[in-house]
Formats: sequence, C-alpha cells, structure tokens
Amino acid sequence: MATTIISADHLCVGYGKKPVIEGVTLALQPGELLVLIGTNGSGKSTLLKTLAGLIHPVHGELHVLDHHAGQLPTRVAYLPQHPVSSHTLPLQVRDVVAMGRYAHLGLFKRATKDDQIIVEDSMRRAGIDEQASKPIRDLSGGQQQRTHLAQVLARQAEVLLLDEPTAGLDINGRKLVASLVAAERARGVTVVMATHELLDAEHATSVMLLAQRVVAVGPPDVALRDEFLRECFGFTQPH
Amino acid sequence: MNYFVDPFTNNEFLRFALIGGILVALTCAIAGTFVVLRGLAFVGDALAHGVLPGIATALLLGVSGIVGAAVGAVVMMGGVSLVTRRFRLSGDTAIGLLFVGMLALGVIITSRSDAFVGDLTRILFGELLGVSGTDLLMQLCALAIVGAIAFVGRRPFLLLSVDEGLARTSGFSIRIFHNVMLTMVAITVVASFQTVGTLLVLGMLIAPAATGALFARSISSMMTIAAIVGTLSTYIGLLLSYHFDVAAGATIVFTAVMFFALAAVFTEVRKSLTKPSNSEHEHPHAHGHVHVHI
Repeated sequence: MATTIISADHLCVGYGKKPVIEGVTLALQPGELLVLIGTNGSGKSTLLKTLAGLIHPVHGELHVLDHHAGQLPTRVAYLPQHPVSSHTLPLQVRDVVAMGRYAHLGLFKRATKDDQIIVEDSMRRAGIDEQASKPIRDLSGGQQQRTHLAQVLARQAEVLLLDEPTAGLDINGRKLVASLVAAERARGVTVVMATHELLDAEHATSVMLLAQRVVAVGPPDVALRDEFLRECFGFTQPH
Repeated sequence: MNYFVDPFTNNEFLRFALIGGILVALTCAIAGTFVVLRGLAFVGDALAHGVLPGIATALLLGVSGIVGAAVGAVVMMGGVSLVTRRFRLSGDTAIGLLFVGMLALGVIITSRSDAFVGDLTRILFGELLGVSGTDLLMQLCALAIVGAIAFVGRRPFLLLSVDEGLARTSGFSIRIFHNVMLTMVAITVVASFQTVGTLLVLGMLIAPAATGALFARSISSMMTIAAIVGTLSTYIGLLLSYHFDVAAGATIVFTAVMFFALAAVFTEVRKSLTKPSNSEHEHPHAHGHVHVHI
C-alpha cells in the first residue's frame, strides 16, 4: 500500500476563524501532481499556505508526511506567489539560492561541499547559473523567478508547494517549470501547484478547481469539464 | 599631519572618545545592517527613545545610566512587541505614540532633576568626551555580544529580511528571531547612548549600514562598508569637533549622514550613466513584501 504524503479530511482553510474554502479532502501519493486552478481570490494561495504551515487550518484534519503542516521544513519546500525579489538587499543569485539550504543547516551547521554542489546544480537546473554572481536586484522579473525556483530545488524536499511558479515567465520559462516538475516527480516528489493556466494542468495526476469552494476535483479530463470551468471562471476556456 | 593626529596623541579624553566611538561604530555596523535589511529603522528609533525615561530615572536615583537604559529598552521592546502583535494594521501609529510617550515621560522625569537641561542634553546628545575606561569595557562587551548574536542568528535574520514566510517554512520561529533581533538593536542602543545620545544613535545605526547597502554585493561586505563608514565618521567628527569646538556626538552623526548622502548621489549618477542590461525577454512582475504574521 502506497504511503499518503498529503492527507486532508474535511479541511477548512482561511484566515483566523474566517473560512475561505471548506470541505477539502486530499490523499496525495509520492510522485503525484495536484494542480490548483482558480481565479484571483479563489483560495489557491490560502490552501497552499495552509499546506506549508504558514496559516493554521480553520478546522479539519491535515497531515503532511504524517506530521502537522509546517513541522518538517527540511522535507517540504514552498514557493510563495510573487516571492519577494530581495531587490533592495545586497544579495547575489548564489546567496539567494543557498538560502534554500538553511532549513538543513539550522543555526550552527557549516555549509559543506555537498551543500555547494546542490546550490550549483539547482542554479543550473533552473537556468540561472550564468547569473550566479550577479546581484539579484539587477535581474529581470523572470530571472528572479528562476532564482526562487532554484532556491526551492536546493531544499531537496519530498513535497513541493508552488504558488504560481510560471508567473512572469516566458514560454521557455514555462517549459522549464514543466520539465522541473516532471523531473522532481520522477524522483518521487509530490507536487502541489497553483496556477491560472489550464495548460499547466496537462500532466497533473489530479486537478482541483477552486472558486472560494471546491468546484471540482479529479483527474484532468474529469475536473476540467466545460460545466466546471464555467462555474469556476464564468466561461469556458477555448482549449 | 599634526592637524590630524596630534589632537588624539595629546589628549587622553579624545583618545578614549575615539576608541569608544569606534567600538560603537562597529556595534552599530553589525546591528544596523540587519535594521536596514529588515526595515526596522522606525522600531530602532522607538527603542532609542524608549530608553530615555530609564536613563532619567537612573540618574535621578543615582544609579548607572546603562542600567536605566537597559530597563527602559526592555520595557520598550515589550511595548513594541505587544503593539505589533495587537495592532498589526496600525503598528506605525501605535509605535509612534509609544515612543513619543516614553520621550515625554523621560523629559518629565528629568525635569525633576536640579540640573535638568544638563542631564537632558547629556542623555539626548551623548557625552563622548567624558568616556571612561569602564565605559570602554562595557562597549567592548556590547560589541562582543552583538557580534555573537549576529553570527548565531545570521541565517534566520537574513531569511526574515527577505520574507517572514520563508523564515517560517525554513524552520525558524518568526517571533523568537524577531525578538532576538530587537534585543540586539536594544543592546546597541544602550551601549551607544553615552557616545552619541539617544536622539542621534539612530543615525549611527542607519547611515553607515545604508551606505553599505548602496555598494555591497553581499551581507558581509555591507557590514564591512558600514564599519568603515562608521569608523571614519567617528574620526572625522571628533577631529572637526576638536578644531571647530562643536558638539562631538552630533558632528559624528552628521558626518555619517553626509557619507550616505554623497554615496546616494554617486550611485544615482552612476546609474544614470549606465544603461539597464536585462537580456532575458521575460516580463518583470510586481514584487512586494509578503508578510505572514503567525
């Protein structure tokens, strides 16, 4: 029997006691990809923040790797929506990516050669290695997004929670995110990704349509039916 | 040469002032770097003003000003921590009122003293030329403690400066490390009050670090530049103070602020002379601080 990586039962997420989405039930296995689709304010980010442990569930059950959310920083990595560009901070790309290792290093451990190799490898995979020594404030929005993706990869986590990872990226950047997600899943990483784009759901194991409630959930061909899309977006996407 | 060195070789009080000023500059460079990175200037100002009633009470009771400043800083930190938790949306207003209230209380307490104006001036603007050997020892201890806190807390401090959520998801408590950072700032303020005074300490905390932020490519280089600017400001300020008979603490802080102004003008001119070189055809998108309060 496969291990359940993320399990939620009648989960209600929101801020404080104010619910945003109710009745979320999940059972994600290793290597699965759940894509959350919805408009702005639909609750995608709220659900991801709850999975990351940044906000507490309003009520209901939630377990990530058999622990409460947010308790396993070395095994779960989270990419926030519009991650802070750090543009005012005197940091090079390499420094920002290296921060992905801090969960493993804690306060006192010294970064080893292995940590450096992981950082270099993550930058190469995210296509930002040529900018490694550049100050992040000198980069374009897309290059900054790649830097933050590299930081998430450097965590070498078992669960990736990505909030609109393709935001600000051109077509090559979008392909890169798709291939990175595929590569991570191939090594057994479970991915939950929020997006506006139906194309991003192409290779998902399951899709959850959100509109401040769960409109539909299931494999892409079931959840992305016209009637659900109309309910979620108010119109049918021309795909 | 004599003009630049003699004042310090001929006068012990000026030598002590220089050493004390440099110790404060180094402490401020470390704490100030994180204050600038995390955008805590306002909280730093609040702490600086918060120590006033503590110092005033201590002087009135005949206790060491440092002890009073420490008590004042602890009370102010508790207040800042409480209002930032309770009044998230109006934190600036609450902290602003808190520090003005503490400042007023400090003046009220000082006004009970016979030497009201003298005491108040001493607290607000420092008494750098009266630094003793014991003061230097205390400032050295403060430098060591602040250095140790910054070294141990460098990772969570950096994460907090980038994004509170990132600190939390990396396994570091936002509340604990925010308070540790405030403690570090409070120690710096307490240790610096005698040198530049509570009114001007913010200048030493912010100006050198902000100058560093303009040029640095890493946190350590920012700190190094801040230390150099702070040290130079201390030396130049003391020299000007000696030769032109002007207030030492204020001249040091003014010099530090001038360093920042010149650096800001220089970087602006340099920026306007070089074209942006973003080669990748991707859309820049809006970036804002994502503050997650737990």
